[in-house]
Amino acid sequence: MSSPPRPRPRLDSVNHAFWTGGAEGDLMIVKCGDCGEFTHPPQILCRHCQSENVAPTAVAGTGAVETFTINYQPWVKDLEVPYVIARVRLDGVPGVYLTTNIVGCPVEDVKFDDKVRVKFEEQDGIFYPLFEKVS
Amino acid sequence: MAREAYITGVGQSEVGVRLPRHPLLLTIDAINVALKDAGLTLDQIDGVFSFPGKSNGYLAFSPVGTDEIIEVCGIKSKWQMGAMEQPAQLSAIGMAAMAVKEGLCRHVICFRTVYEAGGMANPAEYMPLQHKEVSGGSQWTSPFFATSAACWTAQYAQRHVYKYGMTREQLAQIAINGSKNAMLNPNARAITKEELTLDKYMSARMITTPLCLYDCDRFTDCSTVIIVSAGDALDEVSADPVRIAAMSGSVDRYSWDQAEWSAAYDAGPDLWKNTDYSVKDVDTAQFYDGFAFLPLTWLEGLGFCEKGEAHKFIEGGTRIARDGELPLNTGGGQLGAGRLHGFGFAHEAVTQLRKAAGPRQIPGDPRVAVATSGGGPLAAALLLARD
Repeated sequence: MSSPPRPRPRLDSVNHAFWTGGAEGDLMIVKCGDCGEFTHPPQILCRHCQSENVAPTAVAGTGAVETFTINYQPWVKDLEVPYVIARVRLDGVPGVYLTTNIVGCPVEDVKFDDKVRVKFEEQDGIFYPLFEKVS
Repeated sequence: MAREAYITGVGQSEVGVRLPRHPLLLTIDAINVALKDAGLTLDQIDGVFSFPGKSNGYLAFSPVGTDEIIEVCGIKSKWQMGAMEQPAQLSAIGMAAMAVKEGLCRHVICFRTVYEAGGMANPAEYMPLQHKEVSGGSQWTSPFFATSAACWTAQYAQRHVYKYGMTREQLAQIAINGSKNAMLNPNARAITKEELTLDKYMSARMITTPLCLYDCDRFTDCSTVIIVSAGDALDEVSADPVRIAAMSGSVDRYSWDQAEWSAAYDAGPDLWKNTDYSVKDVDTAQFYDGFAFLPLTWLEGLGFCEKGEAHKFIEGGTRIARDGELPLNTGGGQLGAGRLHGFGFAHEAVTQLRKAAGPRQIPGDPRVAVATSGGGPLAAALLLARD
């Protein structure tokens, strides 16, 4: 999946940590300093207790495949197919899923509940959190 | 006694792919059909409602706004609404029902106009969505080339494959049933030209597992209009009114990938809370099928079967056929009759309840229908009754 560039998220003060945390190898999810719950997509307050005491926090970066699809349709010109789109549930981050790609293995090798680990792919200063299977 | 709200007129413009006619004119065409159907004239209309309002960022998705209709039709509007931020497409009709129940309006036009095929043919005027830089909700999916709602819906569907054993042969019945019904729907001629067979379905190219080409609706140009009238204004109407007996909506996580289950599982049970009707009374179901898996979530959410059982409910297709126990998407649905984006389901429900569906009319004396819209985190349902 190297051909066309990935769509680039427009950075702002709220999403900056998520999209650039990979520079330090960190997957950053907004965590509440009061109730300890996570808010994703990131926000400037906690979606569980509405506290403003929230901050992007490095999480383990491991998780499991909640569900997935093998995509065959090239949605943009020259997009290499097939590839796996998955929803990953993150270890230690209850209630948060990430849509991502599972990379580094043949598409037919991805299964429900597979253990995965984040693998950042950098493109022009954005660190895309992709995931690969943990053997 | 509280006022009731009725659907008194339905109308549709020409339905096609890359229609040369301007979408504003398609909307006027549909309004004229609906007014004639209801026996009303424009000077009796005092409200205009739409989903999702004029979409200036992606004009082909919704090229006409309520302001524009008020202006060009000379409507003296008392209340209007055109907004994306509501439960789902059909909730615009729900909002109209609230307006007439509240006494704000007597007869209102609700419309949904789509021009996504025509827009592709004219990119200078209808700028396509660009994916190079993304913000808002799409930043959580597009960077992973999960570009289309097909990819998001497929992940819900794939869970039914894994957890509950749904097969492609079972899922195929939605598209096959839709194509059979579309063949009898004169408004679907530009979309369905021949009946879909299981063989053809099984050999179709995959879009995103488990959804193949026939599981995805296609861009269509059309306007659909529903006229909603107050119960105390029915003496001004000549057509058979159909009562909006109940409605429900749900949005929990406004995000396709954070919602664990689609919102149909919340809006479904809620539909039965404000009515004496129950799931057993439903004579026909018109369920949103922009992707073939979505009607399964409504079958389960509304309680026609248990969660995880819908693929067995539709197996073989006899139960959902026009002469089956729950005739489904009798006009073809969006898979068979085009991506009318929600309003087609209300149009077909009313047509069936009035026994005006011609060769595709379901047998018996249908009195109760459910029309739904939405998918993923969005859901809105209407219970319609000829009582």
